[in-house]
Amino acid sequence: MTQPVSNCPNCGAKIVFQWSSSVQTVCQYCKSILVRTDVDLEKVGKVADLPPDSSPIQLNTEGIYRNKAFVVIGRILYEYDQGGWNEWHIVMNDGKSAWLSDAQNEYAISFATTTTGLPTAAQVQVGQQYTWNNQRYTVSVITPAHYRGVEGELPFPYWDKTQVTFADLRSETGKFATLDFSDEQPALYLGEFVEFDDLKLKNLRSFEGW
Amino acid sequence: MSTGTPPLTNPPKPQTRALNCPQCGAAIVLRSLGHAETVVCSSCHSILDAKDPNLQVLQKFQVATSEVPPLIPLGTRGKLRGTDYEVIGFQRRSIKVEGVRYDWHEYVLFNPYKGTRYLTEYCGHWNDITVCKELPSVGFAQATYLGETYKHFQTADANTNYVLGEFPWQVRVDEHATATDYVSPPRMLSSEKTANEVTWSLGEYTYGTDIWKAFQLPGTPPEPVGVYENQPSPVSDNVKGIWAAFLGFAFLLLIAMAAFDLTSSKGTVFDHSYVFQSGEPKGEASFVTDIFDLAGRTANVEITTSANVDNAWIYLNYALINQDTGQAWDFGREVSYYYGRDSDGSWSEGSQKDSVIVPSVPAGHYYLRIEPEGDSKHPPIGYSVEVKRGVPVFGFFGIAFLALLIPAIVITWRYISFERARWSESDHPPVKIGNSED
Repeated sequence: MTQPVSNCPNCGAKIVFQWSSSVQTVCQYCKSILVRTDVDLEKVGKVADLPPDSSPIQLNTEGIYRNKAFVVIGRILYEYDQGGWNEWHIVMNDGKSAWLSDAQNEYAISFATTTTGLPTAAQVQVGQQYTWNNQRYTVSVITPAHYRGVEGELPFPYWDKTQVTFADLRSETGKFATLDFSDEQPALYLGEFVEFDDLKLKNLRSFEGW
Repeated sequence: MSTGTPPLTNPPKPQTRALNCPQCGAAIVLRSLGHAETVVCSSCHSILDAKDPNLQVLQKFQVATSEVPPLIPLGTRGKLRGTDYEVIGFQRRSIKVEGVRYDWHEYVLFNPYKGTRYLTEYCGHWNDITVCKELPSVGFAQATYLGETYKHFQTADANTNYVLGEFPWQVRVDEHATATDYVSPPRMLSSEKTANEVTWSLGEYTYGTDIWKAFQLPGTPPEPVGVYENQPSPVSDNVKGIWAAFLGFAFLLLIAMAAFDLTSSKGTVFDHSYVFQSGEPKGEASFVTDIFDLAGRTANVEITTSANVDNAWIYLNYALINQDTGQAWDFGREVSYYYGRDSDGSWSEGSQKDSVIVPSVPAGHYYLRIEPEGDSKHPPIGYSVEVKRGVPVFGFFGIAFLALLIPAIVITWRYISFERARWSESDHPPVKIGNSED
């Protein structure tokens, strides 16, 4: 294993990064949120225990997307007034990072884009249409959410975000887009819905009786 | 674990959580753990916040004693499309159309890996429903989803009247949504619109017997009543195909007719004119014609009598006689033509021409014996007799044609009446024909 190894500045436990570009991780022993600086790890907070959750995915779950193997290395759990959903941070075997979202067992995989000229939260309304990469998307729902917890490695420091707004966009082809308004500059994620069986997931959580 | 990763901090927890209703103390079972947003206490009908460890009461609702229990009890597991699902929630919803309330039932099915799926039941008609991932495109009175066009059926305000069990969304009694259905049997496409969300779902008509089999339910499912909006027609959908087949067979019949016509030896074999003098003093009025040949295979013979009767009649006793065998065919024909004018205008009756076909006449040498009769006071009547051989008779073809046409018409009629029954419940009822009650 060639992943960088460090020690938790809080409890001294060994911290292994599964993905070299991870910016944030959570010490699995003391639950300190650690952000990687140039030289070391800095403790920036501590996560509360994650609430009971029923995603069948967990850290180290492996799967295949478009003939590329991936592994789950981190997660953000969001909550909104109608429920919650998980954004599982996955790393493909070509080193690219992506998100496998599980919203009540509706699965989707998306990639961050560097698209600019995005609308602001105030400009977006349900039913509006946008075209990115020659694909037309329609805003289906705008969700004010808050983050409920994090786990594992993330590609950005996310620990201090509380209130965030997302706009979900759907297309007529199974492609979807998410506008993330948590930063000053909106971010666009593009992806598609995936079938559970197609991901050929391994190391899934087991549910008693199922 | 070879990388030194510590054990999971959130080991799997038991799936079913046992809790108690804060209102009445009755046991509450959570079957979908983190998926449940609301759970309904089955004894006091409080809607509880499933996300709250204390199960805060969100709403209470009154339940009529006549409330029908779910046909598939909560907690029942069954296999749908190869996946095990457990019934975790049940709700009764209704729409009002022209003052009449229509109720249907919805079952929430859950699998911890595959998520939720729904069954709806209306008067014995079931639909297996999943939420659409792709976005349908809506046009004028239709919607397109995954390349299939669905016709608009109905838009109505759907109200939630009764809930039981748990739901992966915030459920409340008396909550409204605008429900729009588009159909392409056996599928239907539905949208539910609330203030901040539009949800599309795809349903497939499912027979109650299949549901009973999937969930291994005792007894038999309720008989479906009427025609449901996306119920597949029991009559072949392919009415066009039936007519194409009809046209194909009709064409073959035409060819057969033409072949029959071409191969028959036909033509006029005898034609002669006579004058009938009434009050003929001689007693014997009958006479015989010259001999004519009937050739070819056994075939029919047509005898046509034309007479210039003018408000008069003539009756001819015929005998077609085979000179060789003596075999005779006797028959009588009347030619009469009357016309005039009365208070209703002009009228006419009869014709100056008469034809008769003698079937199955073998080849041979023949002659006719003719005995005319007429009104004794009438002036002479000129008439002619023509004999034709092998006249094509298309009666058989007509029967064959009808034998093809009638099933096509019956199937079309049944198809149309089924579709009329379907659409009579929609926002686009068919135009009523006559006094029939749809």
